[in-house]
Amino acid sequence: MKRIMMLVLAMTTGLGVLAFTTYSAPGADDVKVIRITAKKFDFTPSEITVKRGVPVALELTSSDRVHGFSLPDFKLTAKIEPGKVTRVVFTPDKTGELSFSCNIFCGSGHEDMSGRLIVTD
Amino acid sequence: MEIDRRDFMKLAGLGGVVFASGLGSSILGAKRTKQEEFYFVQLSDTHIGFDGPKVNPDAKGTLKKAVAAVNSLDQKPDFIVFTGDLTHTTDDVNERRSRMTQFQDIAGQLNVTTVHYMAGEHDAALDRGDAYQEFFGKLNYTFDHKGVHFIVLDNVSDPGAIVGDAQLEWLQSDLKGLKPDAPIVVLTHRPLFDLYPQWDWTTVDAKGVIDSLMPYKNVTVFYGHIHQEHHYMTGHIAHHAAKSLMFPLPAPGSVPKRAPIPWDAAAPYKGIGYREIEADVKTARYGISELAIPGA
Repeated sequence: MKRIMMLVLAMTTGLGVLAFTTYSAPGADDVKVIRITAKKFDFTPSEITVKRGVPVALELTSSDRVHGFSLPDFKLTAKIEPGKVTRVVFTPDKTGELSFSCNIFCGSGHEDMSGRLIVTD
Repeated sequence: MEIDRRDFMKLAGLGGVVFASGLGSSILGAKRTKQEEFYFVQLSDTHIGFDGPKVNPDAKGTLKKAVAAVNSLDQKPDFIVFTGDLTHTTDDVNERRSRMTQFQDIAGQLNVTTVHYMAGEHDAALDRGDAYQEFFGKLNYTFDHKGVHFIVLDNVSDPGAIVGDAQLEWLQSDLKGLKPDAPIVVLTHRPLFDLYPQWDWTTVDAKGVIDSLMPYKNVTVFYGHIHQEHHYMTGHIAHHAAKSLMFPLPAPGSVPKRAPIPWDAAAPYKGIGYREIEADVKTARYGISELAIPGA
């Protein structure tokens, strides 16, 4: 079983990598890329399905204001800023239906801003 | 049957705290004559401005009822604390201030000398606490009462739910002046531990706070945010969440979505309430009595 591998890349247009946390980046060809748009007060798509052991790259953008992305089961957090792509790369190492949510308070519907990551075998 | 306060304090325990859910002031009403005994009231998550008839059809009246109930207590509390989310958030800066004014008008009817306020993310996260501070003063501060040192921590004005390095240094500097066995009560809004991060029921850098408090043997935390009674220990430090005065939320992780529990017409105000906290300074023990809104 691979350990969770994660790479958080905050990319600004033309500037490339700004910051990252502890990571072990999978090869680019192996990664399943999923684009998620955040806006008050939802993620689109709000449900994504991935496979255990297959690296995933979430490309997070915001269409209105600063939001957060938190996936506690994989200890992933990221800041999503308008005009930027925040890239979260990890390899899910367990199956299940897991919750992700916005963890930067964004207004009256903040508590509803969440989604599901379904990890299958 | 009349129960002596001392007997009451023996009823049950968790981190120096005893509980009397639903019993109310009749059990806590024994005369407090010793200097080292007092009690205060915790009101929380009043969310003035919230509008959701299916959740609370008496949204405009619930806090007023709580204020009336507190004013009718046989013995006045020494003080009252509001542990955040005084108002429901709004993007409209004028409406935000209007809601704070509405809150002040109602809370101003409390017949007590001292009220201590603190912010929730609904009050302070969208403007870093600017409006809140105009109305209620500092976001973090301390006060002392009959030998107990109270510390009000702000874990909401940063929208990322952090205490922050500057406030942590402030806390550590404050603690330096205290003896290791000093009775300390921390008042804050969000949980200072990972209660359920999937619902954002956490404080990102709570570990620094708890590590700083850990050398002190008599520390108790009272907080709000999760809209329900909850009790938890981090080592010897007890954490006690209070009910909301607007709507209850489900138990952590018990349902897929963190949505308010709908109003139950057969049991109005169910899950809504406030609490009395009786302090025995000498033993650093606290008696908690959960009280319902009259008419519930």
